[in-house]
Amino acid sequence: MKGEKILYLSGSWFNWANDLYKSFYNALIPNQRYMSYINGLKITLLISFFAVIIGILIGILVAVLKVASVNYKMRWLSNICNIYVNVIRGTPLMVQLLIIYNLIFTSRNTNEIVVGAVCFGINSGAYVAEIIRAGIESVDKGQMEAGRSLGLSYVQTMRKIILPQAIKNILPALGNEFITLIKETSVASVIAVTELTKAAQYIGSRTWKILPPLIIAALCYLVLVMGLSKLLSLFERRLAKGDRN
Amino acid sequence: MIVTKNLKKVFGNNWVLNGIDETINKGEKVVVIGPSGSGKSTFLRCLNLLEEPTEGEIWFEGKKINDKNVDINKIRQKMGMVFQQFNLFPHLTVLENITLAPTKLGIMTKDQADDKAIELLNRIGLKEKALSYPNQLSGGQKQRIAIIRALAMNPDVMLFDEPTSALDPEMVGEVLELMEALAQEGMTMVVVTHEMRFAKRVATRVMFMDEGKIVEQNTPEAFFDNPQHPRLKEFLSKIL
Repeated sequence: MKGEKILYLSGSWFNWANDLYKSFYNALIPNQRYMSYINGLKITLLISFFAVIIGILIGILVAVLKVASVNYKMRWLSNICNIYVNVIRGTPLMVQLLIIYNLIFTSRNTNEIVVGAVCFGINSGAYVAEIIRAGIESVDKGQMEAGRSLGLSYVQTMRKIILPQAIKNILPALGNEFITLIKETSVASVIAVTELTKAAQYIGSRTWKILPPLIIAALCYLVLVMGLSKLLSLFERRLAKGDRN
Repeated sequence: MIVTKNLKKVFGNNWVLNGIDETINKGEKVVVIGPSGSGKSTFLRCLNLLEEPTEGEIWFEGKKINDKNVDINKIRQKMGMVFQQFNLFPHLTVLENITLAPTKLGIMTKDQADDKAIELLNRIGLKEKALSYPNQLSGGQKQRIAIIRALAMNPDVMLFDEPTSALDPEMVGEVLELMEALAQEGMTMVVVTHEMRFAKRVATRVMFMDEGKIVEQNTPEAFFDNPQHPRLKEFLSKIL
């Protein structure tokens, strides 16, 4: 009696493991489904990459304009920057995405990936701007004075002296923002971009088992983010060279 | 070389500079002393427009420099400045600190600037520090490098804003020595300092500032041995 029960239990454990294996197998192998993940991953990376670049460019521009507008007493300029930052930070990303997709890019042959990258870039720019502004303000103001006293212009001093030090100070916060950005690209599925999350959902609807593909997608994000973290910490160490004795 | 006319500066409703008419000629070594809050640093920082004067005029080499049409960056290239806190650029090597401005401003090629920097470093005996970062240096070394960083631009005048106030006592000497050597070479200098011995030895003229005005000025001998103004007498009796 007792032995039968153990056999029964281990049998159920075996069945369970077998089911699990089969469902992951079905989510990955037949019809070259793994290619869907890879293609989704490609699009996720593409959107993230260009969004990060757009975000950094907008972020630096807005941050420098905000700081400079205080020094040069240009109220209107900082007002424009503040409106941008407030609107972007005050509305949900998904709503922004839908508005930009439907309102601005209305033509039939828009490339959703471009829309996604631009939209995520504009969104990220607002957060990056605030991070960089904090970084600029963390640099001792004697640095600006020293640069200016040597005859360098405001912009030259900003580029060569202030920003390199500011970026070093804010690298962890900036890294955090980019990690968030990569994960938020999953929202792009609402404008019919088949990025990683959407690809997983498609496969789930075809195999009638949604969980395995989602877990596979989650693992992909995890690996991606851990790789980025590693890269950032390497970069951080390189920038810290002036700190060590 | 430098002329100020009725120079005034107000912070909030505090008149830090209260009408300064002064002429500094080529080759002069002017030392400015005075109690803290007397406006001596503000006066110095107005000379290269790090502080914008509220009223009055500043002339440098025959040009009015607090004027909208003047390219202040061009003017500043001819006015070296040394700060109390050194303000070396911590993310750049010593060599890059010195060569950044001359190369960036197109005054020298990279090679010329490097040669000049090495020559200047050699002069202060710190050639082997060329590739070090500022954080690896002592305070005295930092300040001497800050001085030659300004010299690399071949300025016509050097402004010193309390250059030894942030240094350990044992490092003051090396910085003052370098400044004295500069003075002997004929550099025009304006120095805000609390180092009275330096004022006595090097200055051609000593100024005493109090409450935003130049209260008294004279040659160092007369200034220290025979002060006239009661405020100056009181000040000297406290510090000497």
